[in-house]
Amino acid sequence: MNNAVETPVVNRGNAVLKEILSGGATRALLSVVLGFVVGALFMVFSNEAFLTAAQYFTARPADSLAAAWTAIADGYSALFRGSIYNYAADDIVVAFRPLTETLRFAGPLIASGLGIALAFRVGLFNIGASGQLLFGALWATWISTRVSLPWGVHLVVAALVAILASAAYAAVVGFLKARTGAHEVIVTIMMNYIAAGILTYFFRTPELLREVDGGGTPKSDAPAETAQLPYLLGDQYTLHWGFILAIVGVFAYWWIMERSTMGYRFRMVGHNPDAARTAGINVERTFMIAMAVSGAFVGLAAVNQALGARAGMTPDIDGTIGFDAITVALLGSSTAPGVLLAGLLFGAFKAGAPAMQVIGLSPEITGVVQGFIVLFIAAPPLVRAIFRLPPPQKSTVVADWWRSLVTKGGRK
Amino acid sequence: MKLELRGITKRFGALVANDHIDLVVKSGEIHSLLGENGAGKSTLMNVLYGLYSADEGEILLDDVVQNFKGPGDAMAAGIGMVHQHFMLIPVFTVAENVVLGHEPTGALDTLDLEAARKLVREISDRFGFDIDPDALVEDLPVGAQQRVEIIKALARDAKVLVLDEPTAVLTPQETDELMAIMKGLAKAGTSIVFITHKLREVQAVADRITVIRLGAVVGDAKPTDSASTLATMMVGRAVDLDVKKHSPKKGDAGLTVTNLTVVGDRHNKVVDDVSFTVHAGEVLAIAGVQGNGQTELAEALVGLRDVTGGKIVLGKLDITDSTVREVIDAGVGYIPEDRSKDGLVGDFTIAENFMVNRSYGPPFAKGLSIDFVNRARIADELITEYDVRTPSQTTLAKQLSGGNQQKVVVARELSRDLNLLIASQPTRGVDVGSIEFIHERIIATRDAGKPVVIISTELDEVSALADRIAVMYRGKIVGIVDATTSRETLGRMMAGATA
Repeated sequence: MNNAVETPVVNRGNAVLKEILSGGATRALLSVVLGFVVGALFMVFSNEAFLTAAQYFTARPADSLAAAWTAIADGYSALFRGSIYNYAADDIVVAFRPLTETLRFAGPLIASGLGIALAFRVGLFNIGASGQLLFGALWATWISTRVSLPWGVHLVVAALVAILASAAYAAVVGFLKARTGAHEVIVTIMMNYIAAGILTYFFRTPELLREVDGGGTPKSDAPAETAQLPYLLGDQYTLHWGFILAIVGVFAYWWIMERSTMGYRFRMVGHNPDAARTAGINVERTFMIAMAVSGAFVGLAAVNQALGARAGMTPDIDGTIGFDAITVALLGSSTAPGVLLAGLLFGAFKAGAPAMQVIGLSPEITGVVQGFIVLFIAAPPLVRAIFRLPPPQKSTVVADWWRSLVTKGGRK
Repeated sequence: MKLELRGITKRFGALVANDHIDLVVKSGEIHSLLGENGAGKSTLMNVLYGLYSADEGEILLDDVVQNFKGPGDAMAAGIGMVHQHFMLIPVFTVAENVVLGHEPTGALDTLDLEAARKLVREISDRFGFDIDPDALVEDLPVGAQQRVEIIKALARDAKVLVLDEPTAVLTPQETDELMAIMKGLAKAGTSIVFITHKLREVQAVADRITVIRLGAVVGDAKPTDSASTLATMMVGRAVDLDVKKHSPKKGDAGLTVTNLTVVGDRHNKVVDDVSFTVHAGEVLAIAGVQGNGQTELAEALVGLRDVTGGKIVLGKLDITDSTVREVIDAGVGYIPEDRSKDGLVGDFTIAENFMVNRSYGPPFAKGLSIDFVNRARIADELITEYDVRTPSQTTLAKQLSGGNQQKVVVARELSRDLNLLIASQPTRGVDVGSIEFIHERIIATRDAGKPVVIISTELDEVSALADRIAVMYRGKIVGIVDATTSRETLGRMMAGATA
């Protein structure tokens, strides 16, 4: 008889996630623009010439403005030269190298971004891309350095093993969630540490994966030539077939999420698990399957990292990909084309950072821009959730922004 | 106190929830705000209570313009509100609940519970509420909890009392008691705004009636106007509340439930030793006040809730321990009571919603892929056949009105090859036109020789559809009676008396 005093249970986390992902292309684009604006401010205020000119700003403001403009223009043209087309190069091959570097960096970002995006669509926060990548890379390295197989077969087996290992590692999370109700965020984070520990142990132990004749530092051998992802555009570029795998992943992701009945059930569970359960869907099993598929996409990133290498690998083989994947999925609204574009953008940041360093800018600026982009996308609903504010009546950032402009002084 | 609303307009984006609404409630008057669910009654009252700010219009109390920034302002000005869902702390006593938020304090800021008790006793005695200030709220029946809400409002000197659908959770007897209380309050000078969509109650208690439809005032009516006049004003056309149906052609036992026991979320028996049989071609209605185990019974029947004892047999198939999917595949159609939570995926299109429980094979799936061609064709057919008013089949379910959403659920369930239909509150929050349509469809299912179980808290619906009525009270079936049983008898059974 207590039904009358019950309050409806709202899954706050899920609602926030939904709102972040429903922002759409406009919000993503605006966030990118705003991110670049913030990046520009950092360039200006860390620029010697500007700071000097600013000391006599009142006397000659034009000097400050000119210095600011030069700083921004230099910075972003360096980014362009480093990530898309080096117009300063003498040689056409060299001029296009930045673009191939962008694609090379984008490959694992896109693949792991797809994995995170898939989990998001099912209503799961998979924070474990890093661990899943490391676990997949571990077994790919095992196959590529400790097993001899003929050309062709070796690469395929190594890649499949990596994908399966990453999928299995992620499925454990789904299993624990389904069986014990353990929250996937905590579990994935902890499993990141576990994977990192296991990989380091393997790379340090001579009987396991340590480089033959290696020293005390944990490091593996280079993958056998038969297991390496071949260069895509010949030996003049380091871009390898991993990027093509990522593109195949984009299509696979699109087909699964938009065309297949499995993806349809994933989305159903993500949107409304109660209705899914009423419709006869085993929600817990769907979580497990979704985590496994999510891990499989991260496994593509593991293939990129472990089999795209030409030298021995260290335990930081995942770089920052694990966490960049989350930002890629968020910026891409968890859609196939969105993740592709977001992955390319962040790949460009990675490729372009060294060129910015060359002209004396700190390469961390791209990281700052990247962070701000995601902040602009995720912040409005997050801030509202933290302070328990009601959602705006027509809830888009752009609409609010317009309204405040049009009504001058905001809403009454 | 006299309340006046002038030209209140409230928009949500493109939707106009309230369109220049004028309303005058005189001092000591019971003014009924009559309208269907979704007509804009609750929005209007939330504007009055300061929860929403109106886009246009003004609120006047005794001819003074008010400017409420929040419920606190409205309360201070003398407006009290009893929400449909009570805002009480179950583990607090009545006195503690009543003073919550403006507690009388003694020395060193300690809670003066004696003053609180005295306040409750005083109000309770004055209006004959019969409430013990020291009772825990969770131990009180729903009707008494509602009176606590009213005391809470009166304790803050409410001169205008807003009751939002107050009878939705009450038995007929409790409803009568509430009406007596309302009359007593009005006589003492309190103005009452009584929000409802139940015609009978309006006729029984209101001094004046304002009918609103689609966010606008349709007109004023008198309680002496006939029910059909009022219903016509509500829906804008003449409606037929009686469902035309022939006497049932009963077949074999379709569903046999024996000694079914279900333990609820609070580890108490919510369904307690329930047995009944539904024959093919027959409608069995399960009546009762909300929260007496009907929800859990329905969930147990479709496999959503574990059964702790007893048996459920569909035809010859034992489905006691079957999964939801097995139950669905056995041909059980299920219209859940909460369509937005359990029945529909709001962010899915109508077409996508048609396939939620048939995504594993034909006609909606072809191998691993969705069969988009078939789905589009079927969706168009169902939209036409079930009269779903929508711009297209790719419209999101959440954008439809309540009635059209329910038609999507009904279409999905009835278009399958059924061996049993279970419909829980099939017309809750649905406009009268859709009610009529859904009722016809349910009867057509019965006439096609299927067993049908209706679970409803609306007596009108129960009597309109049922061939036999089982009344549930505290998890037990107190009796199974003929559909012609009088409203009074059913009311007594809903309060626990055996037939």
